[in-house]
Amino acid sequence: MIRRPSQSHIHGWLLLMPAAVFLIAFTYYPTIATLAKSFFSQGNAIKPSRFVGLENYEYLLTDEVFWKVVGNNIIYAATTIPISIGLAMVMALWVNGKLPFKSLARMSYFTPTILPMIAVANIWLFFYTPDIGLIDQVAGVFGISGHNWLGDPDTVLGCIIIITIWKEAGFFMIFYLAALQTLSPELEEAAKLEGAGRWYYFRRVIFPLLMPTTLFVLINAIINSFKLVDQLFILTKGGPDNSSSLLLYYIYEVAFSFLDQAYASTLTVVLLIALAVIAISQFVFLDKKVHYQ
Amino acid sequence: MRSSNIKETIALQLENGAAYLLALIWMLPLIYAFWSAFHPSEYATRFDLFAPLTLDNFREAWSRAPFARYFLNTFILVSIILCAQFILCTLAAYAFARFEFPGKSLAFGLVLLQLMIMPEVLIVENYVTMSQIGLVDSIVGIGLPYMASAFGIFLLRQTFKTIPKELEEAAKVEGCGPFQILWKVYVPLARPTYVAFGLVSVSYHWNNFLWPLVITNSVTTRPLTVGLAIFGAPESGVDWSIITAGTLLAVAPLLVAFLLFQRQFVQSFMHAGIK
Amino acid sequence: MLTKLKHHAGKWTLAAALGLGMASSASAVDLTMYYPVAVGGPLTKVVDGMVEDFEKANPDINVNAIYAGNYNDARIKALAALQSGEPAQTSVMFSIDIYELIEQGAIVPYDDVVETEEEKAWLNSFYPALMENGKTQGKTWGIPFQRSTIVMYYNKDAFREAGLDPENPPATWDELVEAGKKLTKKNGDTVEQWGAMIPSTGYPYWMFGALAMQNGQTLMNSEGNETYFNAPATIEALQYWQDLGNKHGIMPSGTIEWATLRQNFLEGKTAMMWHSTGNLTAVKNDASFDFGVAMLPAQKRRGTPTGGGNFYIFEKSSPEERKAAIKLIRFLTEPERTAEWSIGTGYLGTGPDAYATPELTQYVKDFPPAAVARDQLEFATAELSTFQNGRVRKLLDDAIQSVLIGDKTPAEALDSAQKQADRLLKNYR
Repeated sequence: MIRRPSQSHIHGWLLLMPAAVFLIAFTYYPTIATLAKSFFSQGNAIKPSRFVGLENYEYLLTDEVFWKVVGNNIIYAATTIPISIGLAMVMALWVNGKLPFKSLARMSYFTPTILPMIAVANIWLFFYTPDIGLIDQVAGVFGISGHNWLGDPDTVLGCIIIITIWKEAGFFMIFYLAALQTLSPELEEAAKLEGAGRWYYFRRVIFPLLMPTTLFVLINAIINSFKLVDQLFILTKGGPDNSSSLLLYYIYEVAFSFLDQAYASTLTVVLLIALAVIAISQFVFLDKKVHYQ
Repeated sequence: MRSSNIKETIALQLENGAAYLLALIWMLPLIYAFWSAFHPSEYATRFDLFAPLTLDNFREAWSRAPFARYFLNTFILVSIILCAQFILCTLAAYAFARFEFPGKSLAFGLVLLQLMIMPEVLIVENYVTMSQIGLVDSIVGIGLPYMASAFGIFLLRQTFKTIPKELEEAAKVEGCGPFQILWKVYVPLARPTYVAFGLVSVSYHWNNFLWPLVITNSVTTRPLTVGLAIFGAPESGVDWSIITAGTLLAVAPLLVAFLLFQRQFVQSFMHAGIK
Repeated sequence: MLTKLKHHAGKWTLAAALGLGMASSASAVDLTMYYPVAVGGPLTKVVDGMVEDFEKANPDINVNAIYAGNYNDARIKALAALQSGEPAQTSVMFSIDIYELIEQGAIVPYDDVVETEEEKAWLNSFYPALMENGKTQGKTWGIPFQRSTIVMYYNKDAFREAGLDPENPPATWDELVEAGKKLTKKNGDTVEQWGAMIPSTGYPYWMFGALAMQNGQTLMNSEGNETYFNAPATIEALQYWQDLGNKHGIMPSGTIEWATLRQNFLEGKTAMMWHSTGNLTAVKNDASFDFGVAMLPAQKRRGTPTGGGNFYIFEKSSPEERKAAIKLIRFLTEPERTAEWSIGTGYLGTGPDAYATPELTQYVKDFPPAAVARDQLEFATAELSTFQNGRVRKLLDDAIQSVLIGDKTPAEALDSAQKQADRLLKNYR
């Protein structure tokens, strides 16, 4: 910088100001306000809101639905994250390789990304509907009797998970594809000359080289596992008996159906803490691997 | 040697088969949507090659919900967000990329925080804010929380950093101020990043649901996704023919754009992902 | 003190006089009204048409009728309007929102607004069963508009095939099981046609209200501060529901999706279904077989909850606006209009007068199923509605689902739901 530092300071802050105003108003302030609100009771026309300390958190600890929802969300994250990342990697290798008509395959993998979840949820509803749905019709051809996919607590969360994987794998594939295209083709030839098998080549050469991409995709997948709840609105509304409910959906329900913003804030704090923990571990972990500067 | 060759070919064929099978499964919802939307409702759950084709479902869907209005709302929403994001993110990214000021790295860390604490998490509190400033049920209200996008700031900052300083110096010699430099040097050179970010942003907000659901409650503000959700789940139960027709109407613009500019689309997305 | 009071009074009269003067000079009242349409479809046009007719008949009142999506949207919208701008003076909202709205101080009782004897008589012109959800604390807060009950749709062709009398659908719980067993068709392990389906997603508490009532038990008191979830008759009713699937095998086990049930019925996958009368027109249009509509069967008695939306008047409104709102609501609930609405949707005519209109008389004559819901009103009761309604409803919904999926016994599930409901409602007693 040739300019005098003080001028640079002013310019820097002025440029930052508009974005900062928005970030403060819609990210930092609400974060703090949420935390504050979680220590107050829900007020109404008769009883105004008052400070209750940790009462909301005590209620949270005894709230069976909350624990069920947390359990579901852990399962949801633990399955959607690795499976969709793994699939994305495989997809990317396929459409980057010698697959004939690969642009067709690429298009097909990517299409779910641009379809609104809320719209395709109705179509998935048809797939899962017992007896007349697509899955049961196909199963019927093979003589397998129908199953109540969304009405059975053992299968409903799996159904939701599949939709999420379907929705995000193609999106992640793109990042892998980008990374693969930066790898030089000589690498593969060299490996071939050395007589390395494809699996060995993938495990020892490609996979490590894709690591930064995997980390980036991982963060996206983690965020999605808290954020992607749209399909619940159409498919299950969290049922049966909360078997498919996820944390963000429960927050929505408490805030806008039970009209209990105090408790919804308490739940949001839990979600924020989970995200903060992930953010911090990512910072610690990523710092060593990827340099932003 | 030969048998191992054959083995390899078979393995390759199997793998290709798997790739196509997966592609087929991935397209299935869309294929079904086309099937059910173009056939009379008695064929919605029955597959018969000789089922008659019809456009009635589209007519019906169009007349049952104010789709034209929903389209307009979504279009306005996406445009407002995109414009605001471009302006806010460009300025902030410029500051982070080319200026020194106290608290810069702290500020940048705070910005990155928004990647994690996305507006979806804060729907409850943001709803309160919106009702305080009287923006509940307004299109601007849907857009506000997304306007300062951490992703956009981050992406543009990375791009700006790759632009050689010599160009800036040259502009300075010609007597350009900081804003002119930004406008004449940085913005034009970052065009691919803008396109990439723009596409990500448009497809995200075209498809966004939860926050618009919370903040809108009338036809004049509701975007397509929310309109479609209300249209798709009436008290009396689903009618797939009409719902899929409505769904196809809603996704048509993005889908057509995607099919036409597939290569550019994918390339742009890839660009957005590269760090 | 007295002078102060006088001063205030003076100010008040002056303001009132000014207000009146302005009202007469502008001579128009603007009303904003939100309404939900739960059944989807071109019904918004019907409402708009009715409102237009009203404005023609009352040139001094402008009505801005806003379609607000589903019931939940309408409620959120109304409550948001309470806090900030865009106030509405009247709205159609879910009949069970009444306690929430009272608690928020959002609505006024009709008793405080109606003046003439004629208007008071109007309040009594509706079916009493439809007024139950609109009355509490000895006052009337809601006027029925789009109301429904649960009825049993059945496939007459399937009845014939199974050797059952299609004109004599099951009228008791035992008959339902018996007929259901005959109607359940199996091919090996695969069930090709179920005997009956009662939906258990979306509105399980509503369906359950019917079963409980049939067993002689209501689910809550009329003050909305006490529930009877673990009463012996309630537990029995849930046991019966579970048995339909688990013991008698005439219904699939697990939960049954509300939204897709009509398709199942139309595809012949179930011979009987319980569903809202709001579905009647849709079933009539799409059924490729001969179908019938019957009252729900009885155990100790017949029974069904009512459902749907009521007109409310908001607290934040001037006397003139309230008067205009009454005019509007009276206009929209006139027998002819109710009849038109009922024919178009399958919703109930809200009073005996509606069924006496030539249009509806003729319609019922040509299409007798349209009368079933009306005849059933005699046995109907209020839909589950309490303070903390969202939560209490979910407690019961979860309890029902947990029993149907086999996680809990009816007694366990309902005991725990009752305990939690007590905890929520004790503050309102």
